[in-house]
Amino acid sequence: MHLLNLTLQAPSNITSAVVGSFSGTKGQEILAVRGGTKLEILKLNTSTGQLDTICSTEAFGTVRNVVGFRLAGMTKDYILASSDSGRLSIIEFVVAPTPHFESLYQEVYGKSGSRRVVPGQYLAVDPKGRSCLVGASKLVYVLNRNSEGKLFPSSPLEAHRNHNLVTHIVGVDQGYDNPLYAALEMDYSESDEDPTGEAYENVQKYLTFYELDLGLNHVVRKWSEPTDRRANLLVQVPGGQNASSDRFDGPSGVLVCTEDHIIWKHMDVEAHRIPIPRRRNPLAQRGEKSRGLIIVAAVMHKIKGAFFFLLQSEDGDLYKVWIEHEGEDVRALKIKYFDTVPVANSLCILKSGYLFVASEFSDQNLYQFQALGDDDGEQEWSSTDYPDNGNIEGPLPYAFFNPRPLQNLLQVDTLSSLDPITDASVVNLLGPGSDTPQIYAACGRGPRSTFRTLKHGLDVSVLVSSPLPGVPTNVWTLKLTEEDEHDSYIVLSFPNGTLVLSIGATIEEVNDTGFLSSGPTLAVQQLGEAGLLQVHPYGLRHIRGADRVDEWPAPPGQTIVAATTNKRQVVIALSTAELVYFELDPEGSLSEYQDKKSLPGNATCLSIAEVPEGRRRTPFLAVGCDNQTVSVISLEPDSTLTTLSLQALTAPPSSICLAEIFDTSIDKNRATMFLNIGLANGVLLRTVVDPVDGSLSDTRLRFLGAKPPKLVRSTIHGQPSVMAFSSRTWLLYTYQDMLQTQPLIYDTLEYAWNLSAAMCPDGLIGISGNTLRIFTIPKLGEKLKQDVLPLSYTPRKFVSHPYNTVFYMIESDHRTYSPTAIDRIVREKEANGSRVDTSLLSLPPNEFGRPRAAAGHWASLLRVLDPLTNESIATFDLDEDEAAFSMTIAYFERGGGEPFLVVGTGVKTTLAPKSCQEGWLRVYAIKEQGRVLEFMHKTKTDDVPLCLAAFQGFLLAGVGKSLRLYEMGKKALLRKCENNSFPTGVATINVQGARIIVGDMQESTFYCVYRSVPTRQLLVFADDTQPRWLTCVTEVDYETIVCGDKFGNIFLNRLDSRTSETVDDDPTGATILHEKSFLMGAAHKTELLAHYNVGSIVTSITKIPLVAGGRDVLVYTTVSGSVGALIPFVSMDDVEFMSTLEMHMRSQNVSLVGRDHLAYRGYYVPVKGVIDGDLCENFNLLPYSKQQAIAADLDERSVGDVLKKLEQMRTSSAF
Amino acid sequence: MSELRYTANTQLEQLHARYTGTGHADTTKYEWLTHQHRDTLAAIIGHPPLLGYVSIADGECQARERFELIEKMVQPCGKPPGKTDD
Repeated sequence: MHLLNLTLQAPSNITSAVVGSFSGTKGQEILAVRGGTKLEILKLNTSTGQLDTICSTEAFGTVRNVVGFRLAGMTKDYILASSDSGRLSIIEFVVAPTPHFESLYQEVYGKSGSRRVVPGQYLAVDPKGRSCLVGASKLVYVLNRNSEGKLFPSSPLEAHRNHNLVTHIVGVDQGYDNPLYAALEMDYSESDEDPTGEAYENVQKYLTFYELDLGLNHVVRKWSEPTDRRANLLVQVPGGQNASSDRFDGPSGVLVCTEDHIIWKHMDVEAHRIPIPRRRNPLAQRGEKSRGLIIVAAVMHKIKGAFFFLLQSEDGDLYKVWIEHEGEDVRALKIKYFDTVPVANSLCILKSGYLFVASEFSDQNLYQFQALGDDDGEQEWSSTDYPDNGNIEGPLPYAFFNPRPLQNLLQVDTLSSLDPITDASVVNLLGPGSDTPQIYAACGRGPRSTFRTLKHGLDVSVLVSSPLPGVPTNVWTLKLTEEDEHDSYIVLSFPNGTLVLSIGATIEEVNDTGFLSSGPTLAVQQLGEAGLLQVHPYGLRHIRGADRVDEWPAPPGQTIVAATTNKRQVVIALSTAELVYFELDPEGSLSEYQDKKSLPGNATCLSIAEVPEGRRRTPFLAVGCDNQTVSVISLEPDSTLTTLSLQALTAPPSSICLAEIFDTSIDKNRATMFLNIGLANGVLLRTVVDPVDGSLSDTRLRFLGAKPPKLVRSTIHGQPSVMAFSSRTWLLYTYQDMLQTQPLIYDTLEYAWNLSAAMCPDGLIGISGNTLRIFTIPKLGEKLKQDVLPLSYTPRKFVSHPYNTVFYMIESDHRTYSPTAIDRIVREKEANGSRVDTSLLSLPPNEFGRPRAAAGHWASLLRVLDPLTNESIATFDLDEDEAAFSMTIAYFERGGGEPFLVVGTGVKTTLAPKSCQEGWLRVYAIKEQGRVLEFMHKTKTDDVPLCLAAFQGFLLAGVGKSLRLYEMGKKALLRKCENNSFPTGVATINVQGARIIVGDMQESTFYCVYRSVPTRQLLVFADDTQPRWLTCVTEVDYETIVCGDKFGNIFLNRLDSRTSETVDDDPTGATILHEKSFLMGAAHKTELLAHYNVGSIVTSITKIPLVAGGRDVLVYTTVSGSVGALIPFVSMDDVEFMSTLEMHMRSQNVSLVGRDHLAYRGYYVPVKGVIDGDLCENFNLLPYSKQQAIAADLDERSVGDVLKKLEQMRTSSAF
Repeated sequence: MSELRYTANTQLEQLHARYTGTGHADTTKYEWLTHQHRDTLAAIIGHPPLLGYVSIADGECQARERFELIEKMVQPCGKPPGKTDD
């Protein structure tokens, strides 16, 4: 078996983000690492206030850390990245000709992989860009430029000590003194030797400064002193003297963030310490020890010679911290509450006054600073308020504040983000209304969780939908003169008339326009400077003023069947298979070309492109004829109306459109002339027209829908594009310099045209049935449209009702109080006479989070939701500290054919150590088409049931290490038999007929059968040879399964078909029972068919066709929010072609971080039977000479053939 | 094996010092297990999706999870066993 892996939706999770001037121009960009594998440049579009993605590149490796740095005297920031490649990469972001990353240098220093002994987890850079340090085992590189100005690192200097754990490393700002680095270190060598445990208790954390002596070229451990044991983060503090004014920029040193405290510290200077203000916990009970609060993200910002810090606590609260200093002497360290935003992985402040919060899960927000928190009445805490500047033994007294809605920040943009996808299902619930399935995903974590529906296509925002007197066939908009900014007329053509509407404050009908209204219209055009043209079946009307209309009547007995126009040229086709060509003459009137051109068949459609800038005419005309041909005809003066090229088609063309669109894979410098042909069988052909001789090449096919497509040239977001109207509306446009073909998620449109009006400058006007629609396409480039339904807690799993469009979802959050627990605690406290401030409890949890509880406390609920209307129908809270982990729909023998919902829960579950008070199986009866659930009974289990499945009128439950079979009873489920031979814990159960596939937490899958004679038994007859930490299992066919594991692998296992048959033919299971075990396991083993490392943990796999009429593919979702597909190959030729291409692409070293591609995809187990389509698609981005060399090696194909094949591989099975 | 003892030994000590966790003939079960756990914890921190996965399960934010895992690396398997006489 051979599979092709394609990413459908790139990971959305941002693991780290840094701000810098990477393009070297004046503005700032944000470099974000998406899902740990993708580098992306985001730039704020000041006109829209949105973050635009400028460039996005797969690194084909795990990026562990990135920083930006700038060499002295430069205006451009370079990117320094450490990854699992064992190399230090220096990357440059280049803007021209198209934005892309360039790997400048890759310095090898260690083994590959994210290992403990290989540095790379920490990356610190000197603020002056002179050197960098790679940790945890410290290697220091001096960054230099060679004579050509190219950047390169020196050979590394080592400053490593064994038996040290490093919590954080940061560069210290000392101005132009020697580069200095600060690290938080712990030495564990003594505690490893001391059996009494005393040394462990006394382990200290040291704040250590390392200095790189640039003169002597070596690194010294300059200073080391114990600091708080719970320190977790260091923040750089500005320092050094300003060269021009001799003023100190700041006191230098570092902020040491520890649990509950922030300490400013520098070598041999008295520290300053302040508490981290915290929320008052209204649910704190007597004797409960509250845990310290840590800082999770920090950012320093310099503004007009001053500086401040924004630190974020794990509750999401931002604090403003600032230092009052005189020269190098710190007078006070101060802190105050700033605002509350989602908990971030990274914070970025843009100089233009924006804060980008790269939240660790779910949507990332961009905020604008409204104020900097000066004089807002919030309480300040200063180190001078405490004796000895806060340097006293033991903790400082708690400081409290009250969180409140945003005051200093204003949210301006959101990057919608799927991560983490905890469960997903790909299914078409829209029935005949949609020819492709939708992806339903449970996303997010905690109170920011969402249920999202993903549909392939571009989102449309509708402005107007108004009824019309009849069903129009066409719609156009018109400007009155060339200089007009906005359109003035809307022209609607009906089968028996033409309606002209004028656009003003309102849209109303006008009659004095000079247009013929008694018949249909074929085309309208604003012609020349101030003329209007109407083409109707019996002639042309050129309206040149209020009183001057030039008419050209069609020859008697003939009608015009098709027409095409642009600003200066008009071509019409007559019913006698003749073409007439007009061009605007210098006086501004249309003059007919002396000859008519006769065609081989009747013309069905015509098209000319816009007049290129600075030219008098477009050189080509395309004509589609009913004899299934398309010809390109010259319009140049010396060869007017001579046929240049001819292409035969498989069906009559219904519509044709010439358009100049930019696509970097065809021409990197200028727009390409594309000839788009819509065929009567619903196929769109896209061909490239040679700009010199008009020849056609590089034809691409795409099935659009059941109706013959109509094509219209339009402008979307200021860029030329083509719209195709079939049973769905498609848009061909350029995004990130590549041509995209995407459907719109909207009603079926008959026709549409650009509309530019004051209220909607970049809109579209369309007709759908007898309604007129005005709409815009807000965001290009988004492949999947998302509809969002907010949830309460982290979604764990969801299942669909067997035949109604209802989903049941279980949500549970660890370390959270359930509403019943909150009620109980508040009641108890009030009964004891203590006052409870409930204001914190009433804050919206999706912004402020929920009060934190100790481990073992859970909040959980069961939700019924309608995925089509995207609304929650009902929720059922579980008991206090009871959390749902699994669910299934089951049928029971005594259930009368009705489905039941069974939910597996655990009470007071803790993960480390793995334990629970008790487990329950809750059974709900499903009523009223699935919209109502009725609790029936619950059954106690000794461990958490982590997975459930229906099986032949029974329920299968994986409880701890055992697989159990339950039957429905009156008051409880009745245990019928069990098999407790599973090694670690049952994590998944799949049922296929009489076969049960059990996935173990660590030991891969087991194939089981159920035998009821002579006694009830669950027998294991086959297992896997390798240990696998499974997350999800899906059956592919009766013998084959596909699994995802916790290390980001996806693999297929197959059972030998002979074994499969023998087992099925054995009614008693006696053979299985007495078979000799093999390799300390079952008698039979599954065989590994394919194996691939996705790079992120796979959480769900579904087998379904993704395109209309396509083959089944395996769609998977990951914890980083990406969606991908494994597509089976049909022919060995394709396999050979793609694997050769992959081999060539591997040798091109496209990885920005220098990771060996084969090693990355075979991270844990060598890659087998899967070709990386994402890597192959990078062929698009190679320079032409390299493309040619590779294409020549692939059976002497041309570059175009390779690109075509790549596109076809994707579009035939996925999007 | 025996000839290796003479030839490789010169560099072995240095290599052991440099690459923490490299085993030798006298590695105890406790040492081996402690190294395994430290490597595992470091791998969780070093792979962002895995850290995210663990933090979702545990109901903590990623920074807290990372911090606690590093703290755990000091002594992941409890106290070392006492020295026996032999």
